[in-house]
Amino acid sequence: MGRKLLLEHINVPGINTYDVYRSKGGYASVEKALKTLTPDEVVEEVKKSGLRGRGGAGFPTGMKWSFLAKPEGVPRYLVCNADESEPGTFKDRYLMTYIPHLLIEGMIISSFALGAKTSYIYVRGEMMPQIRILEKAIAEAKAAGFLGKNILGSGYDLELYVQPGGGAYICGEETALLESLEGKRGNPRIKPPFPAIAGLYGCPTVVNNVESIAATVPIIRDGGEEYAKIGIGRSTGTKLISASGNLNKPGVYEIELGIPVEEFIYSDEYCGGIANGKRLKAVVAGGSSVPILPANLILKTAAGEGRVMSYEGLSEGGFATGTMMGSGGFIAFDEDQCIVRNTWNFTRFYHHESCGQCSPCREGTGWMEKVLHRLEHGHGKMSDMDLLVDVSKKIEGNTICPLGDAAAWPVASAIRHFRDEFEWHVTDAATAVTRNYGLAHYADPLVVASA
Amino acid sequence: MSVKVTIDGISIEVEPGTTILNAARKIGGDIVPPAMCYYSKLEGSGGKCRTCLVKVSKGSEKDPRPMPKLVASCRTTVMDGMEVQNITSPEVIEARKGVVEMLLINHPLDCPICDQAGECHLQDLGYEHGAAKTRYEFDRRTFERIDIGDKIQLHMNRCILCYRCVFTADQITEQRVHGVLNRGDHAEISTYIQKAVDNDFSGNVIDVCPVGALTDKTFRFKNRVWFTKPVEAHRDCDHEKCNGKVTLWYKGEDVIRVTARKDVYGEVEEFICNTCRFDKKKTSDWVIEGPRKVSHKSVISANHYETMKPLPVVKQNPLLQEANKEQFERETRL
Repeated sequence: MGRKLLLEHINVPGINTYDVYRSKGGYASVEKALKTLTPDEVVEEVKKSGLRGRGGAGFPTGMKWSFLAKPEGVPRYLVCNADESEPGTFKDRYLMTYIPHLLIEGMIISSFALGAKTSYIYVRGEMMPQIRILEKAIAEAKAAGFLGKNILGSGYDLELYVQPGGGAYICGEETALLESLEGKRGNPRIKPPFPAIAGLYGCPTVVNNVESIAATVPIIRDGGEEYAKIGIGRSTGTKLISASGNLNKPGVYEIELGIPVEEFIYSDEYCGGIANGKRLKAVVAGGSSVPILPANLILKTAAGEGRVMSYEGLSEGGFATGTMMGSGGFIAFDEDQCIVRNTWNFTRFYHHESCGQCSPCREGTGWMEKVLHRLEHGHGKMSDMDLLVDVSKKIEGNTICPLGDAAAWPVASAIRHFRDEFEWHVTDAATAVTRNYGLAHYADPLVVASA
Repeated sequence: MSVKVTIDGISIEVEPGTTILNAARKIGGDIVPPAMCYYSKLEGSGGKCRTCLVKVSKGSEKDPRPMPKLVASCRTTVMDGMEVQNITSPEVIEARKGVVEMLLINHPLDCPICDQAGECHLQDLGYEHGAAKTRYEFDRRTFERIDIGDKIQLHMNRCILCYRCVFTADQITEQRVHGVLNRGDHAEISTYIQKAVDNDFSGNVIDVCPVGALTDKTFRFKNRVWFTKPVEAHRDCDHEKCNGKVTLWYKGEDVIRVTARKDVYGEVEEFICNTCRFDKKKTSDWVIEGPRKVSHKSVISANHYETMKPLPVVKQNPLLQEANKEQFERETRL
């Protein structure tokens, strides 16, 4: 049984209320931080913990905090990115719904560490219930003296606000989020300057994911070194994984980083295997934007070793045979799923969500979607696969924000690993619209090249 | 204090804070990256079209690591000792070709009926950096034509969403009443209320538009630009922000269009007011300075200077006659 740091008390009835949360040791970390530590010591603890950003990029949180510019007389802001909209990722929503005080507590600690007097939680517009839950939690925390002026007599003031977004995926990109928070159109900014120098209203700003901020609570409670003992290598601590797809027990799981992928899929503690006794065909391991892998490559690396759930473990082999941890949206596909249809579906999403600011992404996502639509509906050509790879290459890395990469990777990887399924959609177009390709060889043991 | 930057092997000293694009423009010639959205007179413009992407093969003298991705030269400032590859990098050429293809897939390519043809940046870009054929086989997105002001028509089909007109309205006019609606490839420049754009300086959006998306309704379909003759002129404009320096576009003896004067990169030198642009279309309204120098590469210079008789107004000025003669000799020599 893995350790639970975030979801330890998730099943306690009434944990979403202040009283129950407090009785389970809640807000102890705030007391510890404000009463016994200086802001710099809090940053140091987070650095020691090795916590890496849980929103997708995996950048060390402590390092990000230490980059924050601290000019005199200029306010600093902490913004919590709760605009979780990646297809396949729903961990932040779960956290905010069931244990909102964990986020509030994390926000107080993080704001204290950064010296922010005003902090925002930017919540995706569709999550109206969660916005209400958070506002209620903030009111409770304020009534208990954990927000407002002179918190716990430490002389530190903090106001926390919840801001609903308009429901755009692009507003999960940190600079687009800041634009949206300022009341403008959610277009990503051109970097540099980075938000740590000029963010919200031109002031130094840190933008962190919900889970990263929540993770500061156990880090301060137990100490950074203790937190760093969990996990494997540079992937420390626990991570929430949103498991979905053809699994027996889909849901949000807290894992200790470093458990084998096989254990995560098949053990009863986690997903409990593939639903209806089917076989696993493919996995998208970190939310829709990361490369898709066939069953044989997700369970074992190209070198034949068991793949583990960690930042390094999942990216083992680079993009040729690996994928990414991303935001932890683990989507499993069984043998009845069509990869072409799925790729088209993802691309449809990115086409819909592209902000339209820079040309490769604006035009390229629509183009890829049209080609994939044609392939899926039996009108494809053999040259379409090369065209798709080429278009995805023209988008990747040439855009203002990572949405271009996020749109390009699933397409490029699906063709890289499932090319014969794509080709079958062209050669057997009439059959392809009536049935799926099936498992084929995608779960066959890998041929490991011996040295 | 100046910093040294090397672009395609050519070094130049520039002021700190200069962008790569502007450093390249100081060098001039082939190595200047094309720019569709950047506009030196508009703060905050650039970074969107991605045609000016370049490779930074050496970050700076202090930190010589190359930049991991291609960067938009219009928004990246130079560092001391930076080395940049533009036309010497196959990666850049390939990426640029991709961007041009992307810009054209939803462009109607209606150049034969477009007023901008002949002075269109997208035409030049496609000609210089694009592929001969498109690989796009689907319907292009379409929009209705709308009048965004009483003298300005918007053909959204042609728009490449460079945002220049948005920045112009923000920075040159008193209030912006148009902007970008929707997102992705359905993003469009529009106003909520038709004909809402009525500011004194609104006509400048026509000049900054790199394509034929914003057109002058007083000039639409009047003539092909290469059949007109550009003449520089000025008038004593009573608008406090306008100094009345313009280019008049003659067809025979009629002024059929008035625009601001544009430099070699197609950027206006000074913004002009709507009165000068739309209302003063008689030669007697203007003090003629002389024929405008047009690049030999431009189609505008292609077919009229040899046969063009100097206009009566021009004739009286000996300086201009000299200039015309010079032009005539150069044209006939070629």
